[in-house]
Amino acid sequence: MKKRILSILVIALACVTAVSAQGRRGLRINEVMISNDSTSVVDDFGRYSAWVELFNSTFGPLEISSVFLTNDKTNPTLYPVPLGDVNTEIPARQHILFWADGEPNKGTFHTNFVFTPGEDNYVAIYDANGKTLIDEIVIPGTLKPGQSYARKVDGEGGTFNPEAWEIRDGSESLYITPSSNNIIKSTNSKVDMFAEQDENGFGMAVMAMCIVFAALLVLSICFYIISRIGANVSRSQKAKALADTEAEAGRPDHDSGEEIAAIAMALRDHLEAHDRENTVLTINKVRRAYSPWSSKIYSLRELPRR
Amino acid sequence: MTFSDFLLQNLQEFWHLTGFYNATWEHLVMLVVGLFFIWLAIKKNFEPMLLVPIGFGILIGNIPFNTTAGLEVGIYEEGSVLNILYNGVSAGWYPPLIFLGIGAMTDFSALIANPKLMLIGAAAQFGIFGAYMVALLLGFAPDQAGAIAIIGGADGPTAIFLSSKLAPNLMGAIAVSAYSYMALVPVIQPPLMRLFTTKNERLIKMKPARAVSQNEKIIFPIVGMILTCFVVPSGIPLLGMLFFGNLLRECGVTNRLAKTASNALTDIVTILLGMTVGASTQASEFLTSETIRIFLLGFMAFVIASSSGVLFVKLFNLFLPKSKKINPLIGNAGVSAVPMSARISNNLGLEYDPSNYLLMHAMGPNVAGVIGSAVAAGVLLGFLA
Repeated sequence: MKKRILSILVIALACVTAVSAQGRRGLRINEVMISNDSTSVVDDFGRYSAWVELFNSTFGPLEISSVFLTNDKTNPTLYPVPLGDVNTEIPARQHILFWADGEPNKGTFHTNFVFTPGEDNYVAIYDANGKTLIDEIVIPGTLKPGQSYARKVDGEGGTFNPEAWEIRDGSESLYITPSSNNIIKSTNSKVDMFAEQDENGFGMAVMAMCIVFAALLVLSICFYIISRIGANVSRSQKAKALADTEAEAGRPDHDSGEEIAAIAMALRDHLEAHDRENTVLTINKVRRAYSPWSSKIYSLRELPRR
Repeated sequence: MTFSDFLLQNLQEFWHLTGFYNATWEHLVMLVVGLFFIWLAIKKNFEPMLLVPIGFGILIGNIPFNTTAGLEVGIYEEGSVLNILYNGVSAGWYPPLIFLGIGAMTDFSALIANPKLMLIGAAAQFGIFGAYMVALLLGFAPDQAGAIAIIGGADGPTAIFLSSKLAPNLMGAIAVSAYSYMALVPVIQPPLMRLFTTKNERLIKMKPARAVSQNEKIIFPIVGMILTCFVVPSGIPLLGMLFFGNLLRECGVTNRLAKTASNALTDIVTILLGMTVGASTQASEFLTSETIRIFLLGFMAFVIASSSGVLFVKLFNLFLPKSKKINPLIGNAGVSAVPMSARISNNLGLEYDPSNYLLMHAMGPNVAGVIGSAVAAGVLLGFLA
């Protein structure tokens, strides 16, 4: 019983950890500016500081308090995101901005580290245990003031994958987007593609009908096979039951007294065994009409009220 | 200000809040539409379980009031009671609950006994994609066309689910159109079934379906869910709940849950769904040229779906031995509309041969149509969302 309870607890703990890890793992470093040269965004105090944009790539809100931000590979727990601030919950597919100004006393979103312009800068996020790496990236030292280093597509490209990143200089095609999507979508690209490539809907009709037919065909074949197996099983069970019935029918209803006597004698001769009884218990029916043991006079103190 | 002025001013303000002051001809038209739905349900017995809540919902949603007064009574006003109830429609969680109930009350035996009938359910979905093409021709964008075309699936919850995702602005018209045509299935389908079949075909007698074991009934929802959802993961909310409900029914150890899902839960959600869908048809949103086009397309989708089901059976019969021919009168049941369209197959079959009972055979494509329309919705959602 104890083992069972223990294993249930272990499984529950593993599930909780997995769920928690799954959520936090969706946090991504999305865009970083090392040197803010007054062409970008200002903080609440009107200052142009370096910033790190985090992105919640999941489709549910993500609470990030107690995760760690760091720019030091040897110190993963450099800046813990403070507890107790409602603003540390990032809505689904949304962003949050941290100011890397080395002044954590200015508020939750001001880190205790700063970047070094002109050098490669490392930035990483670690989970609350300070050991599980969630995301990391090295920002190239070639980044000029006013330029940002951003994911080409929000949250995509995995961790530590420079291929998924690009330098943005604020031009029309490489715009800088603190607290906003790196790719600004004004339309649904899928719908646009269908509108452009499949004007009369024929392509959609063919594809969709093929999928619907395929799904139901697979289901149909599957159940054809299952029903065949079921029919075979029931047939063999029926045949077995029939054979048993026939075998039963060939035997007499009960063994004759002679057979039983012969078996008993054979057993006695073979085992030399017989029962030994020290006491004989005899149950005889009492034929007396009255017995004090069954008398209501002795079993009931009062007569029941009607 | 004298006391009489005070009274007059307040009475005047109150008058400005009343429905009589705020009424427009559009409101009156919608009230008549609501009354017509209620009349159809009560007097003509057309899908009363749906049309009464929808009809009354239309009345509720079209009571004129001053929208600038901040009364928080309108269905589109954040925080109003109707708005809270409407969340099940707008966020799309009523339809999966209805599907749970449908699963719990549907016997898939006919389909399991004769799995090839599933293909009829697939063929009837051509109504959806035929209507999609026509909708594009009429100038709708692909996502709107997809939402409108799903009316051809003859499945109200699926139509609401998909339109809430692809074209929320058209959802009221799409839902009302879908339920209206579902109510009119006995009027729309028989002429088409007669048109596309010969007298000899209508007389085809099908072999009675074999008995299905309990194990097969239990395996069906599990395998069905896994297979269909692997093909179309976007259909998980509908297909998952449909098969889950069916497992509750068939496993034999959750009778209480199956009973609740198929009775009380379905009834509650149907009431809320019907009423809020009806109330969402506010005159300002509903009385547009788009609504007329949606009703037209919905009708077309129903016609194409019913016809393609019947025609597919005829085509299928070309490849089947004489002893295993299928009566094309069950082809119309490939559209969902459970169990109305199966009943129509049966009635029409009996009309031509009083000993030819097609109900159980028609139930196969009928429930396959439910699965097919959910898969089709998943496909549209996957492509266009």
